[in-house]
Amino acid sequence: MPPSPEEPSNLPRFSRPVRWIHGITALLMIVCIMTAAILYNGSLAVLVGHRLIIERIHVWCGFALPVPLVLGLASRSYRADLRRLNRFTPRDWEWLRSKTRRDGRIRVGKFNAGQKLNGALSTGAIGVLLLTGIVMYLTNVTPLSWRSGATFFHDWFSLALGLLVLGHIGFALRDPVSLRSLRTGRVPLRWARREHAAWVEEMLAEPAGEDS
Amino acid sequence: MGTVSVPSNSPTEPDGKPVGRRVVLGLFGVGALGVVFGSKVQNALLRVLAPIESRDPTGLVSLLPLGDTFRYYSVTGSVPQRNAATYRLTVSGLVKRSTTYTLADLHAMPQTQLVRDFQCVTGWRVPQVHWSGVQLSHLLDAAGPLPEATALRLISFDGTDTESLTLEQARRSDVIVALRMLGAPVTHDHGGPVRLYVAPMYGYKSLKWLSGIELTKTVIPGFWEHNGYAVNGWVGRSNGRDDAPIT
Repeated sequence: MPPSPEEPSNLPRFSRPVRWIHGITALLMIVCIMTAAILYNGSLAVLVGHRLIIERIHVWCGFALPVPLVLGLASRSYRADLRRLNRFTPRDWEWLRSKTRRDGRIRVGKFNAGQKLNGALSTGAIGVLLLTGIVMYLTNVTPLSWRSGATFFHDWFSLALGLLVLGHIGFALRDPVSLRSLRTGRVPLRWARREHAAWVEEMLAEPAGEDS
Repeated sequence: MGTVSVPSNSPTEPDGKPVGRRVVLGLFGVGALGVVFGSKVQNALLRVLAPIESRDPTGLVSLLPLGDTFRYYSVTGSVPQRNAATYRLTVSGLVKRSTTYTLADLHAMPQTQLVRDFQCVTGWRVPQVHWSGVQLSHLLDAAGPLPEATALRLISFDGTDTESLTLEQARRSDVIVALRMLGAPVTHDHGGPVRLYVAPMYGYKSLKWLSGIELTKTVIPGFWEHNGYAVNGWVGRSNGRDDAPIT
């Protein structure tokens, strides 16, 4: 990397719209997971009770969940992040296969392949849960076997997405810089060099510009 | 605070393939197929896992979402525990003899065994559940309904849930005040120590934590009926469903 006399001490990583979209989605997701646990687990269901209220909270938070993800498309910085998450390079596959992927030998862009995979799997699962949820909610529209099928897949996708989200939170909790960047949007240059070397190179080469 | 925009095809991060989009669309496809064929998948999986689940000492298999298993519904906050010493069932209202029974009183009465499915209005059905208890008609005969009594109001000691039956429905031989289910005393989570089991109707009619039977002049719709379910909840003939009837 070419040494620069005016290297910034930190870099902007998440724009304000991206942070808001992430925050609202996270909140709705946590409410969905907690209410799902109460609706699904017998001991919790009997302990908490109030089935109708819990069900309504779950259903409406579920319907609301994709809203920030879709409305966010109005933001250029969010669309740019989505574009990066979407694209898998040969380096990403190498990173996923590598046992020493954290040693920095494979130069990672703004998002590593695990983050890209998490983004895609979460988005897909949210879509499936919305679809199956709608089939379950509109009880008189579809045939009975569709409702049974939707319930069955809703259960399995919930379980899978719940574990994925727990893993996602687990990785975040291990990295205080990541956690702080959700609030401030910025990360220290040193951290970025270690975790996302290719991105740092790109950022220092590009002239900074305003974004919405 | 200014942020930096980066073109998608900067030289250091080549475009790559749109794997993310493929994963998302692939999952959507799986979900759509799941809606249409999911119940077939579920039945196949149940055939494989049901024998394992029944012999699984860890109980881990029962944590998997397999569908045809009891789900525990409660419409209020925490439900108090009642045991043999504290449980009471009162038959009152338009009757000649108001009576209060203890758990031992109920156990001393003739017990009726039923092996019937339990069908929930939300779709899940537990096949061939063993039930046993006192026929509701037996308790009605003991209380002696007055001529003007035409219906029952059933009250749960959870303090919120209520149900209703017509006197005619309540006199059916497959309507019991259940003391045992699944080969053991009815557990608290299943609505024990005493719950109703109305075999030919959807599960919400089988009131849990039964503590009161009141004879009334007219049918007084219960908790779930106020929330949109049919008062006469016959399996396969109500609530817009076409499940096989329970016989």
